[in-house]
Amino acid sequence: MNARILYIASNTFREAVRDRVLYNLIAFAVLLSAAAIFIGQISIEIERLVVVNLGLTAVSLFGVVIAIFIGIGLVSKEIEKRTLYTVLSRPVRRWEFIVGKFFGLAGTLVVNTFFMGVGVFAALLYVAHKFSGPDAWILVALYFIVLQFLIICSLALLFSSFSSPLLSAIFAFSLFVIGSFSDDLRGFAYLTRGFAHWIATAAAYMVPNFSVLNVISSVAHQQAISSQLILQNTLYALFYSAMALSGAVLIFERRNLK
Amino acid sequence: MAAIEILGLEKSYMVGFWRKRPKRALQPLHLTVEEGEIFGFLGPNGAGKTTTLKMLMGLVFPTAGTARILGKEWTDPEVKAQIGFLPEQPYFYDYLTAHELLDYYGQLSGVPGKERKQRVEEVLQRVGLTDIKGVQLRKFSKGMLQRAGIAQAILHNPKLVFFDEPMSGLDPLGRREVRDLMEQLKHEGKTVFFSTHILSDAEALCDRVAIIHKGELRGVGAIEELTSSVQGKVEVIWKGTQAPASMKALGAECHVTGDTVRAVIPENQQDAAIDALRREHLRLIAITPLRTSLEAYFVEKLQHSQTTAGTAK
Repeated sequence: MNARILYIASNTFREAVRDRVLYNLIAFAVLLSAAAIFIGQISIEIERLVVVNLGLTAVSLFGVVIAIFIGIGLVSKEIEKRTLYTVLSRPVRRWEFIVGKFFGLAGTLVVNTFFMGVGVFAALLYVAHKFSGPDAWILVALYFIVLQFLIICSLALLFSSFSSPLLSAIFAFSLFVIGSFSDDLRGFAYLTRGFAHWIATAAAYMVPNFSVLNVISSVAHQQAISSQLILQNTLYALFYSAMALSGAVLIFERRNLK
Repeated sequence: MAAIEILGLEKSYMVGFWRKRPKRALQPLHLTVEEGEIFGFLGPNGAGKTTTLKMLMGLVFPTAGTARILGKEWTDPEVKAQIGFLPEQPYFYDYLTAHELLDYYGQLSGVPGKERKQRVEEVLQRVGLTDIKGVQLRKFSKGMLQRAGIAQAILHNPKLVFFDEPMSGLDPLGRREVRDLMEQLKHEGKTVFFSTHILSDAEALCDRVAIIHKGELRGVGAIEELTSSVQGKVEVIWKGTQAPASMKALGAECHVTGDTVRAVIPENQQDAAIDALRREHLRLIAITPLRTSLEAYFVEKLQHSQTTAGTAK
């Protein structure tokens, strides 16, 4: 990787850590520990199912909130506080700045997800007393959650390159919600006819397909995930993030920093 | 070789919500700054100084025109490795310490690792920021931030330094130190381009100045050249209860307050006034420059533009 991108990424990571973003891990740990103890007492035979479902959903939601709320400020905060002036007056290209910021936030989320994943496995061990073979699929679910974060980070960056933080947050969160129901949107497109069909189909393919990246329920039921799906999802997330990031770069390259 | 050649840079912004119309922030600007000089870019607030600097830094895109810096196109990334920039009222990543901030900027400017650590210590010492190890920038005063800003601008040993209002936020001692630093940079062979609206700073430092007002260049040249046609004013105060005739003969307007007399006279009459007071055996208390010749020139240029605008209406 280009060294300047790496420096910008590591500074972004450092900012997140010093802004106490990783403190969310404490809230997560408290939530999961309490849930594990509580579920261990009331559930019979389904403790594992409940802990995996609850744990992975919490990983996903905590991460999405962080991705959106840090992502939307990554560019706008630097413009507003004018810290960008002393960065871009150096031999740093604008696209390097955007890509560096993206990797910095993605790195933060990967580290965050890693610790939360450890928490999920610890809670699972607490309620089930041992690991079984299919528990390895939890790692795939965590990987898919990270892929979701990549898409959300790139979308947050895209929105923050041209709109205010509040609007960016609304756009990004709306897309997350719509994207989580993208299968339903596709189903709706299938049912419609004529102009509405074209509009619904276009919308269904434009919004990120988070449904396909959500395998929490499957892994909670100890179902295997096919390697084909892993490959498809990886390519899909990389392609979508690259497109959104390219859009952010194109807009930012032309922006006057008043 | 010229350090900076500005070739017709101009900037218009679109204003208005429904019916957008262009508002010109900078008229086509032509300006050359020679290597090794301290060049002052003067003008009142909102004159277009910061817009010009931002265009040269690639932060704002010009509507038309181009520029060359150190003989190359100003957009060339290689050029940026050789320039330093201090923005107006700088604000930095407040979660970093000054050492971390400078290390980060050093990385971005391509300063090698071993040299970087040494350079960081050197520049911090140079701008008078000592005993700040481990202190995050959020705890810095305005003056300390300004010093950190100057440090980051000279960290990578640039050939050309741009300072936007470098004295802003500094106390008198700090301003003196920055002036000394700028003179040192000149002696090291660097070119310094700085914008200010504090004329005494420009007068004390600059080889040449340019005056800009309402986005238009009003004058450019060495201070002596520009001010040859205008006179500054000095205030003379002496002990006494009335103004002697010899002082009035110099064209002084005298005001008596208690047992002191105050007179304002043209700068070139200063020696004659001292002689007159000596002859009358009056005790001189103070002579203070009221308006330097550069200030007089500056005001004249600004008033001229207002008169022209008034006539045009």
